[in-house]
Amino acid sequence: MSSIRVESPGLLTTVQDLGREGFGAIGVSPAGAADPISLRLGNRLVGNVESAAALEMTLLGGSFVFSGGGIVAMTGSDFGARLDDTDVSLGTSMQVHAGQTLRFGPTRSGSRCYLCVQGGIAVPPFLGSASTHLLSGLGGFEGRALRKGDMLQIGPQRQPFGKRTISPWVTERLSQRNVLRVTRGPQADWFDEASLRAFFAAPYRVGEQSNRMGIRLEGAQPSPSKVISMITEGVSLGAVQVPQSGSPIILFVEQQTTGGYPKIANVISADLHRVGQLRPRDEVRFEQVTFEAARSLLITQEAMLSSREPILE
Amino acid sequence: MSGRGAVGRLTSAIYFREMPAPITDEVRLQPASDQSLLIYFGERITLEAHQRVRKFLRLLESEPVAGVRNLHPAYCSVLIDFDALKSSHEDLEVILRDYLGRLDRPALPEPRQMEIPTCYGGEFGPDLNELASSHGMTPNQVVELHASATYVVYFLGFVPGFAYLGGLPESLATPRLDSPRRNTPPGSVGIADNQTGVYPFDTPGGWRLIGRTPIAMFRPDRGTMSFLAIGDRVRFTPISAERFVELKTA
Repeated sequence: MSSIRVESPGLLTTVQDLGREGFGAIGVSPAGAADPISLRLGNRLVGNVESAAALEMTLLGGSFVFSGGGIVAMTGSDFGARLDDTDVSLGTSMQVHAGQTLRFGPTRSGSRCYLCVQGGIAVPPFLGSASTHLLSGLGGFEGRALRKGDMLQIGPQRQPFGKRTISPWVTERLSQRNVLRVTRGPQADWFDEASLRAFFAAPYRVGEQSNRMGIRLEGAQPSPSKVISMITEGVSLGAVQVPQSGSPIILFVEQQTTGGYPKIANVISADLHRVGQLRPRDEVRFEQVTFEAARSLLITQEAMLSSREPILE
Repeated sequence: MSGRGAVGRLTSAIYFREMPAPITDEVRLQPASDQSLLIYFGERITLEAHQRVRKFLRLLESEPVAGVRNLHPAYCSVLIDFDALKSSHEDLEVILRDYLGRLDRPALPEPRQMEIPTCYGGEFGPDLNELASSHGMTPNQVVELHASATYVVYFLGFVPGFAYLGGLPESLATPRLDSPRRNTPPGSVGIADNQTGVYPFDTPGGWRLIGRTPIAMFRPDRGTMSFLAIGDRVRFTPISAERFVELKTA
């Protein structure tokens, strides 16, 4: 098996796939790629199944030495990748030869870049997934972010190299992140009209403390008009909860599975990948849609993604 | 006519007496997101709501619904995550109404009796003294009271293996810390309002810490992984710092 040596890990690089399902009842949240669409497309570029494990880099990428070479692709945000001394582009498959080094820098767009490798990153699965859950130190590579000197194994590489590129219009469509569409949260009616109006009126700024557990937002502070103590209940991915401070938090892939704060809204499934690309100081506005509209947006998006359209061969 | 009416009334009276405890809290279904649905069993934390949550969960686990990805039981609700490409709120509601109509059927196993050896106070329970004085008690009284009760695991949530334990003696109920700690060592035993619980991992947390257990609350290499399961009955047993070390290294 070929391997990758981590020369420098970057700010926060973890092994992620599409997450684990079915263990919510023991408190295990799905984890998985913050921008799952980029992961899926990246895996298709290199000839993997969409759910194969890859490296997720955050804001500042690392350097990776390929001992035996491989077929790779970078997707998501542009981290200014270089193969040895040559600039290489995002969203296209390419061959890396034995001994070559892929180096990434700071982001030039959103917050996450995926490095997909044919064969996938081989780690022992935990509850059926390779995804890292940082808070509990479970899954992925030793349950943690990568460090200098780590050796990552690459799974079997069986397919010949094929030049594949993400079609520019798909990249364009997926790169938007300044609007998040939401449905009503289960406690939306706890907030008065003025609070709800303010929530949708002005953009929020993404806080520095944001991570895979939650995106902290700075801006209007909706306050519940009903003074009810909330009974802890299950929380869904993308829930916008409003803690006592009033500053909303979008609960994300490594979220706590239950929570005791009212949820004013919930990001629609079709826009969750945008949340994964939000970076600190980005401005983001919420737009309300119905549950029916949210579902048809997801169906349309999925039809596009599962067609041959996004990948040019 | 009147005779038949009387018989009818008598029959229904008997019928109702044989029914389980009357259900006072209405079931409510509500979309939480475009891919999740909340089922509320009333709006109160009661053992009766807890039993209904468990029975509902048991039905869903023994007869899985296609397209359901995750179940999140809580005090008096269950959140169901589903694949919105395969199912919808409407489809799911029809199926779940049928499950809810059969809630009296699943039998729940006898609860397990679990014990959590705990070393109270000192560096393991940095909030014990303050919590005691806020209730006009000595630290020892708090420990005795905390270790005297039998708790119920209402559900697991927050992080892997974190059990929400109900049944805290009322006189120990204490609000969370004003600002949460950035770190809580694994095994920390805490109190928040009328709940008590054990932190399985080093996570940020706002519960007031009164002690620590050497038991690993979540171990991926153990069959059941989580030390506690929904419905368990739990008691805390005070142990010395020496015993803590012995058990920790065992």
